[in-house]
Amino acid sequence: MGAIITLSILALLVLYLGLFKANKSLLPVSLIGLLVVIGFLISNWTSESVPLYNGMILFDHYAIAFSVLCVFVTVLVFALSKSYFTSSSDHISEYYTLLLFSLVGAILVNSYHNLALLFLGIEIMSVALYILVGIRKNDPSSNEASIKYFIMGAFSTGFLLFGITLLYGASGTFDLQGIKDYVVNNPNQISPLFYGGILLMIIGLTFKVGAAPFHFWTPDVYDGAPILITSFMSTVVKVASFAGLLRLFTFSLLPLQDFWTPIFLGIAVITLFIGNLSALMQSSFKRMLAYSSISHAGYMLFAIIAVGANSANAIFLYGCAYSLATLTAFAGLILVKRAVGSDHFESFNGLAQKNPYLAAVITIAMLSLAGIPLTAGFIGKFMMFSSVMDHYHIVLLIIAVLNAAVAVYYYLKVVVAMYFRTGEGKLVSINLNYALLFIVTTVLTILIGIYPNCLMELI
Amino acid sequence: MDNLFLLILTPLIGAIFLLFVCQHTVAKRGTLILSLITLGLTIPFICQFNASGDFNYEQSYQWISALGVNFHIGIDGISLPLLVLTNVLMPLIVLTTFKKTFKGNFYALMFFMQSGLMLVFSAMDAFTFYVGWEVALIPIYFICALWGDGDRIRVNLKFFIYTFFGSLLMLIAILYLHQQVPTHDFEWHSFVSLDLDASTQRWIFWAFFIAFAIKIPIFPFHTWQPNTYTHAPAAGTMLLAGIMLKMGIYGLMRWLLPVVPEGVALYGHFAMILCVIGIVYASIIAIQQQDAKRIVAYSSIAHVGLISAGVFAWNVTGMGGAMIQMINHGISVIGLFFVLDIIQDRTGSRDLKDLGGIATKAPRLAVLFLIIVMGAIGLPLTNGFIGEFLLLKSVYEYGVWFALFAGLTLILGAVYMLRLYQKTMLGTTSDRTENFTDIRGMEFYTLVIISGLIIYLGIFPNSLLHISSESVSVLATFLGR
Repeated sequence: MGAIITLSILALLVLYLGLFKANKSLLPVSLIGLLVVIGFLISNWTSESVPLYNGMILFDHYAIAFSVLCVFVTVLVFALSKSYFTSSSDHISEYYTLLLFSLVGAILVNSYHNLALLFLGIEIMSVALYILVGIRKNDPSSNEASIKYFIMGAFSTGFLLFGITLLYGASGTFDLQGIKDYVVNNPNQISPLFYGGILLMIIGLTFKVGAAPFHFWTPDVYDGAPILITSFMSTVVKVASFAGLLRLFTFSLLPLQDFWTPIFLGIAVITLFIGNLSALMQSSFKRMLAYSSISHAGYMLFAIIAVGANSANAIFLYGCAYSLATLTAFAGLILVKRAVGSDHFESFNGLAQKNPYLAAVITIAMLSLAGIPLTAGFIGKFMMFSSVMDHYHIVLLIIAVLNAAVAVYYYLKVVVAMYFRTGEGKLVSINLNYALLFIVTTVLTILIGIYPNCLMELI
Repeated sequence: MDNLFLLILTPLIGAIFLLFVCQHTVAKRGTLILSLITLGLTIPFICQFNASGDFNYEQSYQWISALGVNFHIGIDGISLPLLVLTNVLMPLIVLTTFKKTFKGNFYALMFFMQSGLMLVFSAMDAFTFYVGWEVALIPIYFICALWGDGDRIRVNLKFFIYTFFGSLLMLIAILYLHQQVPTHDFEWHSFVSLDLDASTQRWIFWAFFIAFAIKIPIFPFHTWQPNTYTHAPAAGTMLLAGIMLKMGIYGLMRWLLPVVPEGVALYGHFAMILCVIGIVYASIIAIQQQDAKRIVAYSSIAHVGLISAGVFAWNVTGMGGAMIQMINHGISVIGLFFVLDIIQDRTGSRDLKDLGGIATKAPRLAVLFLIIVMGAIGLPLTNGFIGEFLLLKSVYEYGVWFALFAGLTLILGAVYMLRLYQKTMLGTTSDRTENFTDIRGMEFYTLVIISGLIIYLGIFPNSLLHISSESVSVLATFLGR
């Protein structure tokens, strides 16, 4: 609980620091605050996990692991923000505040034990993002993205809320344990309302994770938002939403697996195809990452389809791998865009000659996203595949394999541009913060790829 | 001194150092020394090898315990020749690059690949095998795409996606087998002692077969090969043809035959037909090529087609023949590509129309090239003879008609190889070959070593055969299990 309180106070503090024009202290204060939050979270690790505050919130290993991941990724995002925000706005404290508030929402989504809190968490997380996406006031694409995200997000919230209502109507409780008891105790007389509720919840939550067919906002919003915000959305928000989704379905609704597995199966298959085939067509690196993030949602759904003892670990590992690689890719994009002025694949041309280190880390990130052995992405994919194999959905695996082969093509497009094409002689430089980030993400990517044991049995 | 893990690690460590070397002279010397060290480290394994058919030098470490993955490596009579081949060919390939201007990063990639290859040839754990399999692929992709010529980007992307797709199919099969193992590990021993029903064996057969067939390549999975070979730098082609395609054949012998014997019994016939079609088809195309490198590329498809046919004939003769022929093909093909590279460097062309009469200008090259060509054709007293003899004998035991068509490889092989020799070395000189200078120094010694190996193995094939004979017999016991 200390974590959420600290984080909320931190967000307010940062806002006030901005008011008093202490812009230089924003970053250090935020980073120290976030480290304290991580400390609070980890100190809860050994304690016995019981739902707090009348069963509203539960800091079990699952919640803590995902929360630490979210906070850690936010630290990395902040590390990139030093010169990023100042160049695009005068009011930089708002960035920090909103990101921190969004992170509070993410932690609530990771640790909810009551559907009301799930709703609150998702809203806190999203509302901050609606603003952040449109924070470049004078940029029409940023405004468009914000409006689009807001309207679509409001719709999905409606679905989610309606779903929660129906579940409540049928079971008479918002509590996850209560809902589970209802499902277990009334195996044959579950109200049709309840099934309707599940369907609406699926719609609302798959919207948040960016899975097809509710993915339409993703490419435009990712594209229109400032790159740093996009990297936050595609990592923290996505991982948290998956954690929330997985908790609901694996904890409360597990006995109704036969009902919702086929739905998720269908969603996963369309998500994979739409994500990968659309990513294949892109000429912008940023849009490619947006579509590829859709396809990764497809792979992460595997853990829900083949729900089992290992699902939480699988999603957690996949989330780590995916977040690290995506952050590297977006950070690389920021640097390249700053130097060349465009986020098309061509702007990466000849990067290997201009800056071999940057090219190398982006290559490792791409290999990780593509799932090549000795990178974290491979272990993530391997766990997803093996969890599906547990349930013998071999056809799904073959579809996944086809998609992985397609994905390699578009991930390699960047590598091809960097290494095999020649570009203009504009220098791409890395400053200290970025260098640190690249070292952290790349080393972790390879470390997890070679020795994933440390993360595997965490939850 | 017989630490297998250390042997695999040595090139890897060397590669990391070489990444930062930007001077060619330093890089090539360092590389040569490193490759010789690796070769030196291999010698104890050869000397102390116990050819009893069991695995030697086994090492096993817990790796990803949550998934049941162990880092388990070991060598038997099938692994050892290929491991030695890898480590013998590496210094030779390095020698062939001495006149080029590669920097450390090129050699680093070569060594990354060498580690991956050794991992593949010694893995006794399917996960480890898969990791090695992929780790060997990435560097060669970069080598071919960075230092290649022509339409290299598109060609190599095709190559990469092709092989990656095959690997993923193999991954599915591995995952499935892993599920079936009661102890939930990826051990080779667990896989081969599984009692799989017929329908499972069938699809696992295809998953493995396609993965290996793409890499070998067996007709009709070969379409990436000629272009990739043609557009790769000479050293890249040597790595691909000399060592990498043996991964596929090794995979057949190590993972396909023993794990799904019933699947092989059922579809092996079909695979055999594909192999034989590949032999005839590639040979005929090779005869018509104008580009010298493409001739060798297609000849390579024909040769490995015969080797795979020997494997699918699934008798001791065939597999013994496949073992020795893998080594021979590796040596010969490197010699061929090196000679072609020398010719291209001096004349700027690989087109047979532009060449001719080199023998009058460069007699030393002509003699050594002749030995290599004879080895590739399979003339008695050269290395190719015994291998082709054993392979054809095994195919004959399998079926007379198969042997009849597979035997065409001898005749057609002589046709395209002699044509290659004639059009380049004999006849009158052309504008391009007029000022051809003979080989000296490193080029000469490299080719002498290669020719020496060809003749040595032609006269004493037993030095190789006895290493693998017991392991091959063990493999044959899986037949009809």
